[in-house]
Amino acid sequence: MREFWLGRLTSHSLPHDWVMVGGTATFIAMFLFAAVILTRTKRWKWLWNDWLTSVDPKKIGIMYFLVAGFMLIRGGIDVILMWLQQVLAVDGSQGILSADHYQQIFTAHGNIMVFFVAMGFIFGLINYIVPLQIGARDLASPLLNTLGFWLYVGGVVMINMFFVFGGEYAATGWLAVAPLSGIDFSPGVGVDYWIWSLQISGIGTTLGAINFIMTILKMRAPGMTLGKMPLFTWASLFSMLMAVAVFPLLTATLFLQFFDRYFGAHFFTALGGGDPMMYTNLIWMWGHPEVYILMLPAFGIFSEVVSTFSRKPIASYTANVLGMAGVSVLALSVWLHHFFTMGASSDVNAFFGLVTLVISIPTAVLFFTWIATMHKGLIRFDTPMLWFLGFVTIFTIGGVSGLVLAFPPADFQLHNSLFLVAHFHSNVIGGVLFGIFSGISYWFPKIAGFRLNERIGRNAFWCWIIGFCMSFIPMYILGIMGATRRLDHYESSTGYQPFFIIMLLGGIVIAVGLTLQIVQILASIIQRGHLRDNTGDPWNGRTLEWATASPPPFYNFTVIPHVMTRDAFLDMKRLGQFDQQYEDILIPKNTAVGIYIAILAFLVGFGFVWHINSLVVISLIGIIIIFAKRAFSEDSEYTLRAEEVEKLEAKRIAKVPAHEKEVKSLADEEDMSVWDFVRYVITFAMDIIRNKKWKTW
Amino acid sequence: MVNHKAHQAAADDRVMFGFWVYLMTDLLVFSVLFAVYAVLHGNTVGGDAGRDLFSLPLALQETILLLTSSFTCGLGLLAARSYKKWQTLICFGITFLLGALFLSLEMKEFTEFIREGQTLQLNAFLSSFFVLVGTHGLHITSGLLWMAITMAYILKRGLNAPLVRKLALLSLFWHFLDIVWIFIFTIVYLGAYS
Ligand code: HEM
Ligand SMILES: [Cu+2]
Repeated sequence: MREFWLGRLTSHSLPHDWVMVGGTATFIAMFLFAAVILTRTKRWKWLWNDWLTSVDPKKIGIMYFLVAGFMLIRGGIDVILMWLQQVLAVDGSQGILSADHYQQIFTAHGNIMVFFVAMGFIFGLINYIVPLQIGARDLASPLLNTLGFWLYVGGVVMINMFFVFGGEYAATGWLAVAPLSGIDFSPGVGVDYWIWSLQISGIGTTLGAINFIMTILKMRAPGMTLGKMPLFTWASLFSMLMAVAVFPLLTATLFLQFFDRYFGAHFFTALGGGDPMMYTNLIWMWGHPEVYILMLPAFGIFSEVVSTFSRKPIASYTANVLGMAGVSVLALSVWLHHFFTMGASSDVNAFFGLVTLVISIPTAVLFFTWIATMHKGLIRFDTPMLWFLGFVTIFTIGGVSGLVLAFPPADFQLHNSLFLVAHFHSNVIGGVLFGIFSGISYWFPKIAGFRLNERIGRNAFWCWIIGFCMSFIPMYILGIMGATRRLDHYESSTGYQPFFIIMLLGGIVIAVGLTLQIVQILASIIQRGHLRDNTGDPWNGRTLEWATASPPPFYNFTVIPHVMTRDAFLDMKRLGQFDQQYEDILIPKNTAVGIYIAILAFLVGFGFVWHINSLVVISLIGIIIIFAKRAFSEDSEYTLRAEEVEKLEAKRIAKVPAHEKEVKSLADEEDMSVWDFVRYVITFAMDIIRNKKWKTW
Repeated sequence: MVNHKAHQAAADDRVMFGFWVYLMTDLLVFSVLFAVYAVLHGNTVGGDAGRDLFSLPLALQETILLLTSSFTCGLGLLAARSYKKWQTLICFGITFLLGALFLSLEMKEFTEFIREGQTLQLNAFLSSFFVLVGTHGLHITSGLLWMAITMAYILKRGLNAPLVRKLALLSLFWHFLDIVWIFIFTIVYLGAYS
């Protein structure tokens, strides 16, 4: 009976060492804190109706940002722990972590950063920006969109669940290679958490990708042919096409590994005729394209940023699109470069090495289009552009080190050394993360209705770039010296320690940068009066997302624009063409179906982790019932009448103070500095202590 | 005024397109399973090979059942497009029965294997066989469930345009499963005897 309802869960599965107790307590404390605030401000209803059940891609995008930002901090704490370990665990000292715990941390770190930070931010940006860029009011399937988001959240919860139940995460590395991840070598629940966290969020990604493909191909504003589509939209389209092409592979691979572990099948086991090498192939057939699924939207962001801040159309739009297409196609056919050393013949290695080298050609084409765009442009060095310049520098280092690794003979030396780790961090941080930061600072005024504080943004940028170089240049050197990745202990005679110390210091500088970014957002909220953007177009933008108000109304556009050229909005501004014919708008209704299904999907995964078959069956039945009900409901939209649209618009325009209707020049008032911010916070705190009215707020 | 008809037509077009994309992702899942079967089907570790286990007549029966069900499914969709309620229900009812029969034959095969001790734990060949054919069976099960629910709604609400659209998607799914089965029949069952 106990087995039936609880499976393998026992009191022993509850937290009992300090890390798990601490983690669990932190989660409970955060939850209680949020709950208290929501109850005291009577905001539960608001949270549920306005946010959690919303199908508005803009709100879903913001929720993606929040979860991903939170996970960035969570993954960042992992890094500091790992680097501290590497600084301390020399000779006799064992450092602060046990070897097993260290392995779990780097695994969790990799999974969190790729699946829940990078993917989260990228999906958030695509959600928010793509419908605006193509002049659409919504996505093709608002339901799939909330479902995809909540499945992503389900994955986030699943990966953190081990703190509360079980106390161990996979100790296998982020791709959990077989047979190490099989039941014989990893008997605990860690790998099961890994499987279900990735499975749930991966299915969400596939659904999201299908939805964006439908949206981009079928819902563009009249006149916007494919050849007039903004480059970020193009990049998103390629990225989503790749996702659709490879995420099913991940789903299938995880499914097979689950069969091995749960039912004792022999797909990837060392015994029973299984083939562990097949796992390596399958996981990298997904894994390599995955890094480009993240990279392409970042390329798209940079194309928009470079063009806007150089005040020029992109140099050779066609070359840019073809470059992205080339990268996407080639990225599907290079997976073997991740395991040159695993026994393929030299012909096979040579082939995959060559294809990998060829990828740098379309990538270089993209770079040349950006550089040519800047050439003779009137460049403005606002933070989005700074992130771009940082990207160019670091991504070049990362790309070149990738080329080095693409030569099989060199790779035999460098494979699984810290050189490799430095390579992909140059690309993932310098490329994807900087792209995300550039995109967020570029579109922030659109999202929030006010600009970000420039000054603190610059400080944050410099911390990131200096911290990055301090952390990763020593890492390249260490790799060449022979330090392997995933090293939890070494001898001082290797001479590694000074480098690890510099790396840790670099990590601290990056942490300061991250803190400054949070400060930047808070400072901008405090200063929002002065940073307000009432034009909807703070950067003199070229594409349609700037044609609507900031933040955009929930129906995005009062009138769907007709697109004539690539820089649709720029032309509208030049020609002064703005229709003001209000019309009825169909708006999808909010729905909680996404949340319910994600909760049930989470329970299915949780049931499988702990062998609670009753929970699995009940949850599956629940999913079927909800699907059956929702799929056949014929009432998912309502009409917003033209008069109401007109009223809403009038209300919005009335809110804009008359003198602010003109564009404010960027320099008419100083931005708050970090020091101002600290002073502000201190005064604020003192006011609270002295129980005065919060006058400054 | 919103032009509801145009709006609906555009939405239908999108859903149909999205469903095709979904089917392609499903096809990719199956292609992984096929590839895995191709790699592992010889790894019997001394156990019986496909030739010793599979019964071709059974597989042929299953194939005929599924092909016929695809045919009746097509007829059902034609009837639905001209809003003939009972004809639609009868055609899909037959499809449902044929599908259920198919599924029961497959279950029979599986249970016999398991009773003889040929389980998926035994070796890699059987693992890949059970999972490939079983995944197809799971799809058939969900197709049947979908069909049953749709028919229940037709009985309740009568045959309206949204339900016809649902039927169009369902029959696309059904034909897709038919095609996958043809590959299973050829590669797994016929392949074992080649
Ligand atoms: C010109 C472009 C690139 C080339 C030639 C290249 C080449 C390579 C090669 C050969 C490896 C395998 C090294 C080894 O395991 O020994 C590798 C690993 C890796 N690359 Fe790249 N790469 C490129 C761009 C990128 C980009 C853009 C990203 C991410 C956005 C990226 C992320 C990674 C990751 C995450 C790994 C290691 C995964 C692991 O072993 O855990 N690479 N790259
Ligand atoms: Cu790769």
